[in-house]
Amino acid sequence: MAMTMTQKILAAHAGLPEVHAGELIMAKLDLVLGNDITTPVAIGEFPKFGRTKVFDKSKIALVPDHFAPNKDIKAAQQCACMRSFARAQRIENYFEVGHDCGIEHALLPEKGLVTAGDCIIGADSHTCTYGALGAFSTGVGSTDMAAGMAAGETWFKVPSAIRVELTGKPGKWVSGKDIILHLIGLIGVDGARYQSLEFAGPGIRRLTMADRFTIANMAIEAGAKNGIFPVDQPCLDYLKAHGAKEPRIYAADRDAVYERTVRIDLSTLKPTVAFPHLPENTRPIDRVGRVAIDQVVIGSCTNGRIEDLRIAAKVMKGRKAAPGVRCIVIPATQRIYLQAMEEGLLRQFVEAGCVVSTPTCGPCLGGYMGILAKGERCVATTNRNFVGRMGHVESEIYLASPAVAAASAVVGRLAGPDALARRPARRAARKSSHK
Amino acid sequence: MKVSGKTHKYGDNVDTDVIIPARYLNTPDAQELAKHCMEDIDAGFAARVRPGEIMVAGRNFGCGSSREHAPLAIKACGVACVIAATFARIFYRNALNIGLPILECPEAAAAIKAGDTVSVDFDTGVITDETTGQTFRGEPFPPFMQELIAAGGLAAYRRARA
Repeated sequence: MAMTMTQKILAAHAGLPEVHAGELIMAKLDLVLGNDITTPVAIGEFPKFGRTKVFDKSKIALVPDHFAPNKDIKAAQQCACMRSFARAQRIENYFEVGHDCGIEHALLPEKGLVTAGDCIIGADSHTCTYGALGAFSTGVGSTDMAAGMAAGETWFKVPSAIRVELTGKPGKWVSGKDIILHLIGLIGVDGARYQSLEFAGPGIRRLTMADRFTIANMAIEAGAKNGIFPVDQPCLDYLKAHGAKEPRIYAADRDAVYERTVRIDLSTLKPTVAFPHLPENTRPIDRVGRVAIDQVVIGSCTNGRIEDLRIAAKVMKGRKAAPGVRCIVIPATQRIYLQAMEEGLLRQFVEAGCVVSTPTCGPCLGGYMGILAKGERCVATTNRNFVGRMGHVESEIYLASPAVAAASAVVGRLAGPDALARRPARRAARKSSHK
Repeated sequence: MKVSGKTHKYGDNVDTDVIIPARYLNTPDAQELAKHCMEDIDAGFAARVRPGEIMVAGRNFGCGSSREHAPLAIKACGVACVIAATFARIFYRNALNIGLPILECPEAAAAIKAGDTVSVDFDTGVITDETTGQTFRGEPFPPFMQELIAAGGLAAYRRARA
């Protein structure tokens, strides 16, 4: 029977010649991930599975990133709980604050911990990010994480799939973020519920790996179980450059069955923004109206990569954040932070009136490092704009690309980079910062 | 197993951020989480809800973050069952894994009104709105899930099979 790419990976990990949509299977896991919010609950559940040791200390990754560096005493206790478990279990992939740390979904691919053909669960909904590398990866809860750490396998209901066929070349300011927001706008926040989003078509070769990470990352925002890209040369190059294990390449059968096909001509897309309070409330940038803003956040597992920072810095170069706009830039990992420093991006951000933070998920989920007050509006490169997600229940989040976020910071309202054409960059920007 | 209770009704796309806001995720303690359950969508819920009551909602209940704290908070409030038109998949898995009974039934989710008294028979999947007399048939769980629920969640199920 013909299978999708996801189904082939699941079949291989279940030791079955084939699987079909709806079938319940038990699959071996290549990696089990947790963070400082979800792991303490999993640690509490772990002994109930009747094991004292994790199944493989090299196949578990524990990342303090959500409320780390510790935001308060309770958060510190949670990080301490995870740290002592990591020590006691001799977990090889525990990433301490400052020691090559970062936001989990940017960090794991960077460390070469994910390769094509892997089957991965993580107690974080954005675990689906690794589909960019041709892996099956999906978010689960803490009990599933505990079960995975104990047994090295877990049950899955084999998903059916939506084929997303990408054609055309994206315009200058159209990035992975705009593509995934557009797709979510088309199919809705439950448009791919229980299903895989399998990306295909010639448009893929126009996408950088950073674009693909961003797209796969937000598959969950369409309700998908996973989002996955075919393995091509840029993907193999990425894996090699990051020292990943030998890839196992699976491709969908030509006659694989899909629930439906969604076609997107990338050349027709514009920078896209998701209005409050659902990621499906999308509008192209030329139809956003006048939305005055108080804060901009550039970062997160969705858009905190070096490519994202380069775009934001390019847009802001020689310009300053508008008076009254607080612009917070968060490189997703220490390596990205260093690279941004070496490329002079951090200096540009600081001179443009932004603050640059250590890697953390912080503001994305309303933890800390940029909480919104009542009535405040934020343009964020993050992934969710739910009620109260970033702070007060009456605050608002507009999801956008790094280019739109940076342009909005300069203009002081929701705006695309083209709006800056009327505001030429000042070469003397540095002088104006020393009054 | 049967439960019966007054209902609390919500709309579509109730996300896990409103079920339990992340600002309270600095503790894994279910009783502590329960104090803030539904706070950003229904501020009085935690004080109002009584043990044995039932939550009814529309499509895609529990979408967003994978935080197991969401079903834990609902369960610790004493909610006996959540009926929704559909559930987001991670929430669905988490609810079963921690032993929070849930049922998918679009017809019941549409017809039942806030404050109605509803009874649910998990063996048959039959949902009865005692206030209006209407009955609905919920989506029955596949056998594997029934075994998992009967065992009392994933940990107990896996231990029994080890």
